[in-house]
Amino acid sequence: MNRSKWRSVAGELRSSAFGIAGIFILVLFTIAAALAFLSPHDPNALNALERLKPPSADHWFGTDDYGRDYFTRALYGGRVSLMVGFASMILATGIGVVVGVVSGYFGGWIDNLLMRLVEVIMSIPSFLILLLLSVFLKPNVGNIILIISLLMWMNIARIVRAETMSLKEREYVLYARASGQGAFGIIRRHILPNLMPVVIVGATNNIASAIMMESSLSFLGFGVQAPNATWGSMLNNAQGLIAQAPYLALFPGLFILLTVLSFNVLGDILRVGFEPKLQKR
Amino acid sequence: MRQLFIKRLLQTIPLLLFVSIVCFAMIKLAPGDPVLSFVTPNMHAEDIERIRHNLGLDRPAYVQYFLWIKEAVTGNLGYSLVNHQPVLDQILDRLPATAGLMGSAIGLAVLLAIPLGLVAGANRGRWIDKLVNLVAYVGISVPLFWLAILLIYYFSIHLHWLPSMGMRTIGVRSAVDVLKHGIMPCIVLAFSFLAIYVRYIRSSTIGQLREDYVQIQYAYGSTKRIVLFRHVMKHVLLPIITLLGMSMGELVAGAIVTETVFSWPGIGSLGMTAVRGMDYPVIMGITLFSSILLILGNLAADLLYGIADPRIKSKR
Repeated sequence: MNRSKWRSVAGELRSSAFGIAGIFILVLFTIAAALAFLSPHDPNALNALERLKPPSADHWFGTDDYGRDYFTRALYGGRVSLMVGFASMILATGIGVVVGVVSGYFGGWIDNLLMRLVEVIMSIPSFLILLLLSVFLKPNVGNIILIISLLMWMNIARIVRAETMSLKEREYVLYARASGQGAFGIIRRHILPNLMPVVIVGATNNIASAIMMESSLSFLGFGVQAPNATWGSMLNNAQGLIAQAPYLALFPGLFILLTVLSFNVLGDILRVGFEPKLQKR
Repeated sequence: MRQLFIKRLLQTIPLLLFVSIVCFAMIKLAPGDPVLSFVTPNMHAEDIERIRHNLGLDRPAYVQYFLWIKEAVTGNLGYSLVNHQPVLDQILDRLPATAGLMGSAIGLAVLLAIPLGLVAGANRGRWIDKLVNLVAYVGISVPLFWLAILLIYYFSIHLHWLPSMGMRTIGVRSAVDVLKHGIMPCIVLAFSFLAIYVRYIRSSTIGQLREDYVQIQYAYGSTKRIVLFRHVMKHVLLPIITLLGMSMGELVAGAIVTETVFSWPGIGSLGMTAVRGMDYPVIMGITLFSSILLILGNLAADLLYGIADPRIKSKR
């Protein structure tokens, strides 16, 4: 990947108010999640005297039905959501790139086998598998990351495969092959670097869907288990208390929306930036 | 066309077979012994073994699979472990609620998405385009359960206009009642579909406006509105067909969260109940059912697209 592409991405980003806002939100949330320990409140400390207090100077987002500080819980919840999203993206992208490159570069029966596998997995509604697996496996953070990534790698694999197939016909790859370079060397030196744009775009969109999947799962009660907070499980709790304490429903949902929105916007900006041809469309 | 049709149909069969194996394997690998749901405290070990034998659970896994698939093609998906009702009956029982909800949501989404997408695409970069874009972005990024909670708070708790859960008021059997219950879940789902459709229509409108026939129409003196809503629209409807086919696959899975929030008695909430109760036959039945819908939806999309746009044929 050359410098001009990055410059084109940077230019695209600068000219988009949404994009700048997205980066700002993501940086802010990441810092807030990382510095969650600075909060004077314990996210899981119960306090019967402080139940369902509306937002105040001491409790910025109020307290929930166990008297826990909601702002602190939102910070820790964000930590889980962002971590699950990021880790799932890394894992899914890794699997997707390996499968896609192997499939696209070697072709033949390997390609056939892998692509049929992708088709089968994509033929089962992913949210159903997600639910099933999270019931079968113990719902801890590690397993949830694993499950989400196992359901997300297919898109990247398909894109990477198509890109690899076109890259391997390029003259410099043909030349490298003619000069006796092995497949592994060619992939490492010529294919992988040129895959970066499509992989980065796919990965950005994947974080968005991973965070959404984790939230939905936690909302339904199959995600990270209590007392640990995630934005999704906070909303699950808030739904039952909507009549007494509507403010509980506001912030976690808003945070999911803003995070997912930012990643989606950035994904599109990266796509246009890497493929200036698209801009004209 | 006929050849393409047959080819795609033949590709579908192994896919269905594999999906059924995956469904079966997933259930087999699941922890928990289904026999336990039949066990009562005063049973002997022999009784339990007899139940296991009667359910066929003591046979090798591949035999169980063949028995299961043999029954499945004839429409017998087994019986619920919880209420012992036939699985297929339960699914078909819930189908109208889900299909009605999804159908109206998709219909509403298409009706709104076509004009919004066309106008946004024709006015690229202007404020209306930016607004539609923002709405579409929010639509693909908003957690549907949160949107649902907000609607429930505003319309049910704050204004007392709409019921917050279920499909009917007990004892009331009127269409208006069902409609009142259905408005909020329908809006929630429609919003998510709208977002996807609008983005497609907008980008294909932008593409179409650069085609020669648009220039020719202008040269003949057509106004912008006529070009857009009469000529461009015809071409833009094509991708919608594909999208509708793909939405079929979402029929069940896409409704799980929304149906659960609103306690809508559809297949999605049936699935949720089954998952919570570890009711394997029901889970398996729903997974198979929705996979078949997804595969057939994609197939239908491909074929309709081929019929609508003959150019596709030559590419395959």
